[in-house]
Amino acid sequence: MSNEPLIFEHSRPGRVNRAQSAHLGGNLDGIPESLRRKQPPRLPEVSELDAVRHYTRLSQKNFSIDTHFYPLGSCTMKYNPRACNTLASLPGFLGQHPLSAERDSQGILACLWDLQEMLKEVTGMTAVSLTPMAGAQGEFAGVAMIRAYHDARGDNARTEILVPDAAHGTNPATATMCGYKVREIPTDTHGDIDIEALMAAVGPQTAGIMLTNPSTLGVFERRIHEIARIVHEAGGLLYYDGANLNAILGKVKPGDMDFDVIHMNLHKTFSTPHGGGGPGAGPVGVSERLQPFMPIPVVGRDDSGAFRWLDERDLPQTIGRLSAHMGNTGILLRAYIYALMLGREGMVRIADYATLNANYLMARLRDAGFDMALPERRATHEFILTLKHQAREPGVTAMDFAKRLLDYGFHAPTTYFPLIIPECLLIEPTETESKQTLDAFVEAMAAIQAEAEKDIETLKGAPYSLPVRRLDDVKAARKLDLRWQAEA
Amino acid sequence: MSNIPSELKYTKSHEWLRVEGDGTVTVGISDHAQALLGDMVFVELPEPGTSLDAGEECAVVESVKAASDVYAPVTGEVVAANELLEDAPETINTDAYNDGWLFRIKLEDEAELKDLLDAEAYAELVTEEDH
Amino acid sequence: MPFIPHTEDDTRAMLATCGVDSIEDLFDEIPPELRADALDGIPAGRDELAVSRLLHARAAENAQPLCFSGAGAYEHHIPAAVWEITTRGEYYSAYTPYQAEASQGTLQLLYEFQTMMAELTAMEVANASLYDGATALAEAVLMAVRANRKSKARRIFMPRTVHPRYRDVMQTIVRHQGITLELLDYNSAGGHIDPASLPAEPGDITALVIPQPNFFGVLEDADALTDWAHTHGALVIGVVNPTAMAVITPPGEWGVLDENRGADIVCGEGQPLGIPLASGGPYFGFMCCKQKIVRQMPGRIIGATVDLEGKRGYVLTLQAREQHIRRSKATSNICTNQGLMTTAATIYMTVMGPTGLERVARQCHANTRALVQRLGETDGVETLFDRPGFHERVLRLPRPAGEVLAELAERSILGGVDLAADYPELGHALLVCATETRSEADIDAYAKALAEVLG
Repeated sequence: MSNEPLIFEHSRPGRVNRAQSAHLGGNLDGIPESLRRKQPPRLPEVSELDAVRHYTRLSQKNFSIDTHFYPLGSCTMKYNPRACNTLASLPGFLGQHPLSAERDSQGILACLWDLQEMLKEVTGMTAVSLTPMAGAQGEFAGVAMIRAYHDARGDNARTEILVPDAAHGTNPATATMCGYKVREIPTDTHGDIDIEALMAAVGPQTAGIMLTNPSTLGVFERRIHEIARIVHEAGGLLYYDGANLNAILGKVKPGDMDFDVIHMNLHKTFSTPHGGGGPGAGPVGVSERLQPFMPIPVVGRDDSGAFRWLDERDLPQTIGRLSAHMGNTGILLRAYIYALMLGREGMVRIADYATLNANYLMARLRDAGFDMALPERRATHEFILTLKHQAREPGVTAMDFAKRLLDYGFHAPTTYFPLIIPECLLIEPTETESKQTLDAFVEAMAAIQAEAEKDIETLKGAPYSLPVRRLDDVKAARKLDLRWQAEA
Repeated sequence: MSNIPSELKYTKSHEWLRVEGDGTVTVGISDHAQALLGDMVFVELPEPGTSLDAGEECAVVESVKAASDVYAPVTGEVVAANELLEDAPETINTDAYNDGWLFRIKLEDEAELKDLLDAEAYAELVTEEDH
Repeated sequence: MPFIPHTEDDTRAMLATCGVDSIEDLFDEIPPELRADALDGIPAGRDELAVSRLLHARAAENAQPLCFSGAGAYEHHIPAAVWEITTRGEYYSAYTPYQAEASQGTLQLLYEFQTMMAELTAMEVANASLYDGATALAEAVLMAVRANRKSKARRIFMPRTVHPRYRDVMQTIVRHQGITLELLDYNSAGGHIDPASLPAEPGDITALVIPQPNFFGVLEDADALTDWAHTHGALVIGVVNPTAMAVITPPGEWGVLDENRGADIVCGEGQPLGIPLASGGPYFGFMCCKQKIVRQMPGRIIGATVDLEGKRGYVLTLQAREQHIRRSKATSNICTNQGLMTTAATIYMTVMGPTGLERVARQCHANTRALVQRLGETDGVETLFDRPGFHERVLRLPRPAGEVLAELAERSILGGVDLAADYPELGHALLVCATETRSEADIDAYAKALAEVLG
């Protein structure tokens, strides 16, 4: 594929888009010279066609769900239904100013109310706040609520959050942002939390524990009730990281696992777009004891049945606001539309087929000779394959496999996460892929394995068929080049 | 097999330390540590004049795939930092024990040196970690 | 089955490969007492036609009044090309560009975005976005504490002219970091922070926040404030409106003292750059800084490099700052950002170009002046603050603004934002805005409606 120049390299002085602003303008009366900009910003000067062609061409250099199978573990790259985008983009939704009067916003408020109710039901929590703008912000809200709960009881000696060693990096980073120390809990050889280590770690300093279940190792934490009992008896609370909710949607409710607070990644389980890195949405669900601390605003109803925003007057103990307005409303709307199309049976079916696809793919890859990190366990919606033998002999790493898969037309699985499994690929097919796609993936993996045994250099040089060959990360970090500069 | 010079002292967190004989010690990270971290891209060093307690985090070495804290092996005041690393962090990869040194500390209590590992003990630690 | 492609034959064959009789068997590791009952509270699934009918009805329940409100969210014209391209599946349904070779489209676009934001603010570097303007400011405060190593006080000077909701969000986010936010009151005549009112010997300050324009739409004396902060060892955090940057002095040029010129960190709300109002989100936050403190910047950053054959390419760089590597010591817990919104903003800035953006900015300024003049013709309506402004103004009404707004709403006019709760000392104050999307006739309609309501 040819190199597409930077948009700045397409730029020609004096080229303007008359269609956009020909009749706009006006003087800057009232703004003194001293406050005015002297040189215009060097934005590109191109025609509308230049812009359309350039950004269309760039788009063609991307892998995406719409073009490729994307078995990226822990990311739940399922199909994003078109209806969700189209209906969320109706002018009645897009044109609404966030500070519109409530009486003029009943349509959107009704949608958000319904979504809150559905998320409560499917998670088994007492109340839901939709405002966090991504999973990590949901985590922040959750841990901040745990802290607010302890503080409100005058229980100020709790300084630690427990986090499994296999956890997502956002867990420890979030605990730190909330002013807690992080203590890691090891995982046992079966992929469960090491209960003895947990018992040794809990105490009067424990504010809570952050858990993902199914865990980041792709297995269900079987002793969750025991863990909950141990942490609760020590006075700590349980945080549920909803990153893997797709695996158990409608099958197990986090509230029934005794979690006190959870966040959901709507851009995973509820199929809102990943958008090349966002926007997401990370609503939080809470048990009764954390309800007073929920982030605002929350949708409520008044006596007449009309919808309204609940704020600090309704929730005086709230942890506060997390965004200038009410979070990523447009993403919430997409999740709502998706949930409506699924309905109650559809939600359970997600977990069914996500689990079937993962277990099928695991079985096929095992038959093809690959090693599983936890061979005796069932896969949930994802599983971990380890290439530690291949790394030793013939010396092919997980990264080599990942890059070569791109040549075969598959996005790479998640590599090198969880950190505790050597040379791992974390594979999550999701429920929206067909058997035929999974079979083709197995064939590609087997072909790459054959290449590895025959001609290791082919793998080391991959990818070959993409817009660029393997890129030099080290140069990028040593000689920072973070923006285009005009030639002097 | 990584290079572990016998004249140096080591820590469990993979720092090395050379006693200079003028009351100062030079500190760096071991060849084993640099190999694990991979190509260095950035090093953050303590400013001379900073007082450090043994075990305190005082520097960060960063590769593309990891960032690792460096701990002060002994208590004392930082008297020099290796400015060469600002522009050439890769020196740690190519010469961990000489030009790739990180900082120098004026030693407060010589007794602390006894708590450190010798080359043999460190080699054992590295072998264990490999398994 | 919606969005599940399996035929019965497929399912049977797959179960056989797994060595189980039913899908249910695959859940046998879950303790039975944990299994949920039916989801009775959730309605049965509907097809696309039925859902479409419902959503059209709901959208119609949102009134669409003529909008004269701003306060951080602005109705601008968005060229059709922007979202036509942004919603291409290759952008819309791509993941975070961790696999660089398979993500060159998104990565190159973000590198262009970083360049454009740096140009707009006259700063050296930019990141690839944060959630919104409010969280960007909170992250900027946390970054300033890390970057200003000489300051030990963790003390931030925060003008009351910063958006009140941004200040709320900042409280939520920085509360647990031992950071003190000291409010600076504004000058009641100018509606700005008077540099002369700042203490001569402020002690150890970590950073000063400068909003430009401020929440009242007023332009701050950014040069004097910047020089004051730098003289006292504080970093300068600019929080700016990107449209305004086309015509007013960008933060990279603030200050007249030669050494240490310009703001150190700049952030803001990116919504004016091609993002629809959409009831408050998704928008995006942006952040720029001086290159020497880039390692303290949170969020994703794209860098240019070369491939094996020396060909130019782009990667996520400086990842060791981020949570997936640095874990509890990361610069922030942010992971997912607002990628698709920055895609739209990049295309918006490209299609508008420097000329288009300047024309928009000038028209907004002129329209707001016209609006203020027309509304001021009604008895009892006065303009507060005599400092220059950009595209928003505070008016004082003879009656509570909430009442007046309710009556205007009945005439299909969203007449501005009531300031009574946040700034009770201003009396019956209303914040108004007229962007380039408001015509003379629109302004006229508002003026007539206001005269009726107050008449």
